[in-house]
Amino acid sequence: MSAISVSRAAGSRTGIHSDSSRTIIYHGFVIAFGFVMLYPLLWMVASSLKPADRIFSTGDVLSLIPGRVTFENYLQGWAGFGGISFLTFFQNSLIYAVLGTILVVCASTLTAYGFARLRFVGQRMWFTFMLVTLMLPIQITVIPEYIVFSKLGLLNSFWPLLLPRVGGQAFFIFMIMQFIRGIPRELDDAAAIDGCNEFGIFWRIMVPLISPALVTAAIFSFYFTWGDFLTPLIYLNDPHLYTVSVALRTFADPSTVTNWGAIFAMGTLALIPVFVVFVFFQRYLIEGVHTAGLSGR
Amino acid sequence: MSRASPLELRVGATTAVSAQVSARRRALRRNLTGYAFIAPWLFAFLSFTFLPIAASAFLAFTDYNVLSQSLHWVGLDNFDRMLFRDPRFWRAVRATFFYALIAVPLKLAFALALAMLLNNTRRLITSYRAAYYAPSIVGASVAVAVVWREMFGRGGPVNAVLEPLGITAKAWSGDPATAPWMIILLAVWEFGSPMLIFLAGLKQIPHEFYEAAALDGAGAWQKFLRITVPMLTPLIFFNLVLQMIFGFTVFTSAFIISGGSGAPLDSVLLYSLYLYQTGFKDFQMGYAASMAWALLLVVGAFTALIFRSSSYWVHYEADTAR
Repeated sequence: MSAISVSRAAGSRTGIHSDSSRTIIYHGFVIAFGFVMLYPLLWMVASSLKPADRIFSTGDVLSLIPGRVTFENYLQGWAGFGGISFLTFFQNSLIYAVLGTILVVCASTLTAYGFARLRFVGQRMWFTFMLVTLMLPIQITVIPEYIVFSKLGLLNSFWPLLLPRVGGQAFFIFMIMQFIRGIPRELDDAAAIDGCNEFGIFWRIMVPLISPALVTAAIFSFYFTWGDFLTPLIYLNDPHLYTVSVALRTFADPSTVTNWGAIFAMGTLALIPVFVVFVFFQRYLIEGVHTAGLSGR
Repeated sequence: MSRASPLELRVGATTAVSAQVSARRRALRRNLTGYAFIAPWLFAFLSFTFLPIAASAFLAFTDYNVLSQSLHWVGLDNFDRMLFRDPRFWRAVRATFFYALIAVPLKLAFALALAMLLNNTRRLITSYRAAYYAPSIVGASVAVAVVWREMFGRGGPVNAVLEPLGITAKAWSGDPATAPWMIILLAVWEFGSPMLIFLAGLKQIPHEFYEAAALDGAGAWQKFLRITVPMLTPLIFFNLVLQMIFGFTVFTSAFIISGGSGAPLDSVLLYSLYLYQTGFKDFQMGYAASMAWALLLVVGAFTALIFRSSSYWVHYEADTAR
């Protein structure tokens, strides 16, 4: 009997031992690999804080800890180019991202409700069209749109960037529809019996219930718009209207002499809004990926 | 006494008529409400999607140029030029296929591997997931593409790591053999979204399946091939369709890494980059429209192919349960 208990104790001890060493190996590996994955971002931040001449110097290029921390790069970068500071570019990006997001989320919510809950003639057909646009590359529409906006004299303004968004975006319409479908119809019916019309049901019942989904949609829309490069590149040729991404591209043009420290500094600033949103709304983000498979484009 | 009075008849008729009218009115109201909700979308769809696509179809057969304002019907000439007289077009097609056919499967494999690595309830696991997802939320931005280019530059950190291993330092973006791999690597690095989708799928595979397989003596690799992969095929399918469409239309990374040119030797001249050059640098809108239509047809064909093939390799649980 004592032999059995001894062997059992020994067994459990080796069990614990191998278990904890496996745990250590696991965490070691995940942390090491995660470090490699995050290295490019950390390198950019570290480089932005190094003196400009140390960024690519042989001894320091790999290092993530600046020998001497300086904010000189930020001051030089913020000054921008052509007499326009990055304040202007950040303002432009913010206008585009905030207005664009509000438009897209409002319109997508209305449309999603219409498709998910209402019955009307032609609904199936329009819904099919909407699904098709989900897979449509923007390259197919961008050329005629450009021609029309240039005929209307709207190049070099935010109209071509914002106007196509008044209808929402198929991605978000689809995502919000998935949420609405998860909400029991009995709630709508009860409200209808209480004398609510469709707009009342939408506004008083549906919007509060799906607000987490709307936050998710808003975050993704903000990301996509903040990082958007092709549309501003096409429509905004006046440097006063450049968004941060277009400005960074001009700033980092390899054919001209460039100040890498300043570029990394402004690149770091450009990512700060994204990470702030990420840290505060992580839960909504992961939820959104689960429901609609939205991915970073 | 079955004869109804004229008055009664008339009343009956009017109630029937009014019932009909009110039913029609209700239907009208219902339709109007429906259209009121989708009105903004419908407006934008018609003016910014449907009409432009139709206009593209027309422009594809013209030589429209925004600058010179020339507009002539040229029939199939744009397509003839594309297929037979434009070597850059074919270089763009080759670069795009090379990119998409390598980057997409690699990204999905990577996403699945990391989802399996992070599919547990250990301590800190949510922080790990967030850290692994972080590159994906910024990966498509100009800032990151610029960093990527400099990391692989002659004096950059990648060479600093590889040089002690005996690999000669070079500017990776300047060599046509390595430049495409830079943008492939950048795409694979943005594995976060498919990883999160796979993670959600992995959580839904019942434990009993693995326990039963273990009783039958299946090893880890067999469990992966016989249980995990088949159970995940609907999600693999979903990710494949999405990533394929993104893969064929990627723009920012190729633009930034090649400085907008597709250099060296057009090795990173991805299709959307060439389309941008044709339409918005040379302002050959007619030719660009025909290229856009060719892209639409190829993406459509690939999507259809993936959909058609899905009945052979995608397993839906509903089928196996029956």
